[in-house]
Amino acid sequence: MIFNIPFIAVIALILIGLYAVVFKRNLIKMVIGITLIGSGVNLFLITLGYRGDSAAPTIAPIYTSSPGGIMSLPVPQALTLTAIVIGVAVLALMLSLVVHIYRHYGTLDVKKIRRGEE
Amino acid sequence: MNVPDYTPALVVAIPLLGAFLTPLVSRIHDKVRNGFVIVVLALNAFLIGLLASDVFTNGIKTYVFGGAQDITLPIVRILFEVDGMSMFMAVISAILVLVAVIYSWAFMKENTGLDKYYTLILLMTAGMLGMELTGDMFNFFVFLEITSISSCALIAFWTHKGESVDAGFKYIVISAIAALFVLFAVGLLYAQYDALNIAMLANVLEYTFLDKIALVLLVVALTMKAGIVPMHMWLPDAYGRAPSSVTVALVGVTLASLYGVFRVCFTLYGNVLSKITKQIDFLGNPLTVTVNGTLGFVIILLAIITILFGVIMALRQIDFKRLIAFAAVAELGYMFLGIGTGIAAMGTKHGMTALTGGIFHIINDAVDVGLLFLVAGAIYYATKELSLNHLGGLARNMKYTSIFFIIGLLAVAGMPPMNGFASKLIIYQSTYQLNPILAIIAILSSILLLAVFVKVFYSAFMGPALPKFKAVKEVPRSMLLAMGIFAAIIIVFGFFPQLIVENIVQPAANALLGYTDYITHVIGGI
Repeated sequence: MIFNIPFIAVIALILIGLYAVVFKRNLIKMVIGITLIGSGVNLFLITLGYRGDSAAPTIAPIYTSSPGGIMSLPVPQALTLTAIVIGVAVLALMLSLVVHIYRHYGTLDVKKIRRGEE
Repeated sequence: MNVPDYTPALVVAIPLLGAFLTPLVSRIHDKVRNGFVIVVLALNAFLIGLLASDVFTNGIKTYVFGGAQDITLPIVRILFEVDGMSMFMAVISAILVLVAVIYSWAFMKENTGLDKYYTLILLMTAGMLGMELTGDMFNFFVFLEITSISSCALIAFWTHKGESVDAGFKYIVISAIAALFVLFAVGLLYAQYDALNIAMLANVLEYTFLDKIALVLLVVALTMKAGIVPMHMWLPDAYGRAPSSVTVALVGVTLASLYGVFRVCFTLYGNVLSKITKQIDFLGNPLTVTVNGTLGFVIILLAIITILFGVIMALRQIDFKRLIAFAAVAELGYMFLGIGTGIAAMGTKHGMTALTGGIFHIINDAVDVGLLFLVAGAIYYATKELSLNHLGGLARNMKYTSIFFIIGLLAVAGMPPMNGFASKLIIYQSTYQLNPILAIIAILSSILLLAVFVKVFYSAFMGPALPKFKAVKEVPRSMLLAMGIFAAIIIVFGFFPQLIVENIVQPAANALLGYTDYITHVIGGI
């Protein structure tokens, strides 16, 4: 049961993130929601990387003095690193768009921005 | 025609390298930069053409990154696996981006920051081609993100307009969530099978509960990016408010996501979806249904909703580009109709015909809708106006543009002898054999589309000459050339549909159905 806690946290993070994206009217809060979904997915990947029956996968195989035993392939860790880097790029782009939107409309409220267009 | 083994990697590497050379070349002179980008993309299109002819005749090609070309199990390396469907989509992307860049020469001339614009376009090309050529799920996610980041920046390129920044934000929210769903699904698949390679996954997939969740996540995320109706909200905004040259390239991005849906349904889950039969209790009688057929009917239902919604919303638009965007939504529905019928009637002759028609319609739609967006861009370039209420009498000043618009409108509405007619006729006759009502709805919607565009033609090009448009001149040559390329493709495809179907579309359809070839090429005999 204790091993399932990370998975429960993953689902909770993703659901909270989706809630924020769908129901919040403030653009910054929507961005936070997307970041939460991203964290949830990254937590999921990193949880997959834990294999109880192998040596710590955090040690790269190039260190010859690493403890013996079976090593697990650090693919999930590699995936997570890539996903985090991409996530940073997306976050920066979203925030820069929010800055532009604020300059044009003077508000971050989705409803008011739509009204300004019509 | 044989090409070296590394060509699949090269066609992604060339635009990627070109993207980062563009800011440097831009220091020399603007015209040198524009020429450089066109040369890079033309070279790339040429290579894709060679690769396509190789793949269409000799079958699947693979390229393994990082050293030796022999594939050892389990596969941890990234590999590109190129089959007929990948090449079919890559050809479409190459044509669209090349035309968009030629068009940009004059269309974007007055903007600043063009070195970034061209860099982004080249990055977008690399991303699109990567999505279409890769044989690895995680790699697919990475290219999906490259494509969505660069296309979002391009949609919001006119940052001085609040509405285009707003459209860009909408697009990045949709694509960030879609990409995270894809990543989650990739994690689910990796957790069960310890593999990321599409062929390996397809081979061992057991269709467990988690696999079903992954299927739903992948299909929802990718159809969201492709703009199928319940999730189409971003599409008219993004298409309507981006610069026209970007919109044309964006059509390619949408189609690349559509390719992802096909790859997931036909290859990744092809093995399980085509086998499963289920006993269900239908009004007290036990009934055996194939899940495959159900999937086909779900897709047909979505397609019909998409067509009707697109056409009806197009009827009431007054903004030229938004109207074309809704027509593009309707056209997406026709592709899905053909492919859904293909799945629902799998194994029969008309099922195969429908699938061929649906795939043929992908390239026709890309060209037709692309031409209309270019015409809308030309009108905006000449008059700085896109509202149909304010336009009028432009045929006097813009002869060639109006001729191109007529070609485009006939093609989109599926009138002979244009290419839209060729593919729509195939879809009509095959859906008629499945259920006549589907064909009737499809034909009626086509007629409505014709009505919509005739109205547009009348209000923009005909009527009395308006005094405020007295000084309007024909658009520059590069824009006419770009429109001319699309118009030429439309007419050639319209007159020789059989040639195209046999040489390009049929290999793609076969690749889509022949998932076992895709698997055995990597695994090597099951």
